Amino acid sequence: MDNILEVGHLCVTFGQIEVLKDLSFAVPKRSSLAVIGPNGAGKTVLFRALIGSLPYEGSIRWAPRVRIGYVPQKLDLERDVPVTGMDFLRARASLTRCSDSDIARVLDLAGISRDVGLKMIGRLSGGQFQRLLIAFALLGEPEVLMLDEPTAGIDQPGQRQLNELIRHLQEDRGLTVLFISHELSVVYQYATEVLCLGRKGACFGPPRKILTPESLRDIYGAPVDYHVHDH
Amino acid sequence: MTIENLTLSIMMAIAAGLVGCFAVMRRMALAADALSHVALPGIGVALALQISPIFGAAAMLFFGGLLVWAVEGKAGVGTEAVIGVLFSLALAIGSLMASGEDLIEALFGSAGKTTRAEIAFGLAGSVTIVAFVVMQRNKLVVMLVSRDVARTAGIDVRRLNLLFLETFALTIALGLRYLGVLLMGALIIIPAATAKRLAHNLTTMLAAAITIAVAATVLGTWLAGWLHRETGPLIVSVAAGFFALSFLRR
Repeated sequence: MDNILEVGHLCVTFGQIEVLKDLSFAVPKRSSLAVIGPNGAGKTVLFRALIGSLPYEGSIRWAPRVRIGYVPQKLDLERDVPVTGMDFLRARASLTRCSDSDIARVLDLAGISRDVGLKMIGRLSGGQFQRLLIAFALLGEPEVLMLDEPTAGIDQPGQRQLNELIRHLQEDRGLTVLFISHELSVVYQYATEVLCLGRKGACFGPPRKILTPESLRDIYGAPVDYHVHDH
Repeated sequence: MTIENLTLSIMMAIAAGLVGCFAVMRRMALAADALSHVALPGIGVALALQISPIFGAAAMLFFGGLLVWAVEGKAGVGTEAVIGVLFSLALAIGSLMASGEDLIEALFGSAGKTTRAEIAFGLAGSVTIVAFVVMQRNKLVVMLVSRDVARTAGIDVRRLNLLFLETFALTIALGLRYLGVLLMGALIIIPAATAKRLAHNLTTMLAAAITIAVAATVLGTWLAGWLHRETGPLIVSVAAGFFALSFLRR
């Protein structure tokens, strides 16, 4: 299987509401898929279906024994719960029999200091929190990294650093990355494939084909401006 | 108080402190109170069959835990509303089935009247609960932070959630004879809520909750003997006193 993920005729419904309808796409190994679309288009729902958190119809076929690292946008945790980043990482490490030196290594890779790891999770800044979740995912030695709006609510320099971190990890470790983003310039810069969940259905292809003014107007229902970084 | 009863109450407090930490962090404080009401019909049936009430209560609480788990898994069902209605109904049915002194004992407990079978059940149950929390602590932490992340880490979230709810139900069952239906939920929640205010990481929260639960149990039991009052209300009052004191810290 050259593709790490194949999705066929995927449908997800909540009661009478059809959130995802007849969605088909494939993700090649080591590629970078961006999922874009207006609010309420079903981007997070798609990710949650892909990890098996939601019931669905159709087929989702991951490569055999694939290891997935998931970085959600929000946690189920209250801000004042005394669970530190280190508590969280140690819990994950114990499941995969990783040592303290493995924790130190992923903290270093994700760019988190040990002092930050000792803070309660609810008191971390947006950037620190996302880096902690990436460190957590890396402890499982993932082949796929799924990130739900990893730079939402983070300042511009923080966004740039985080995007570079993800790209560095992908290149260094040969990861396949699936990410949800509203930043079209970031999508243009980092994605090799784009999946658009729009008002008039879905479209899938490389950024240059998908991110045209006409198709973006169809997807968002209004003109969309974005800046392209050509490298 | 006998050595067996003292050992049982301390073990029960340790179990309540540990389970309470995860219940409080999962925002289950009110569910604990509601779930404890399910025990009443079981106590009524046990009394009618002339067996120890704790076994009837434990059986009903097991089904109560199963019910919460089943409802939680259904999208579009208001969990809180269902728990509120069904568990209030359980309280009403239990009140009809038990009466007089039996009902008062079921609601507020009766220290000192435990049988050998109840003590054995209590000790075995406490050890089981402590072992569960200690062994599953890491999975519970990951599930607490994010169920989606837990799933991708290979944790069977539905199964672990059921085991936690049943452990929680067993903790309530253990304290029923001693603290009663209305007060056992408080011994689970108050020490953990106090520890949550004081702690800065998980290990200190667990240790603080155990310390507070045991201290409240021992102090409350001693006060009950000194003041010639019921034990349960004094244990809960001491625990609430610790909670009030925690506000002096920050």
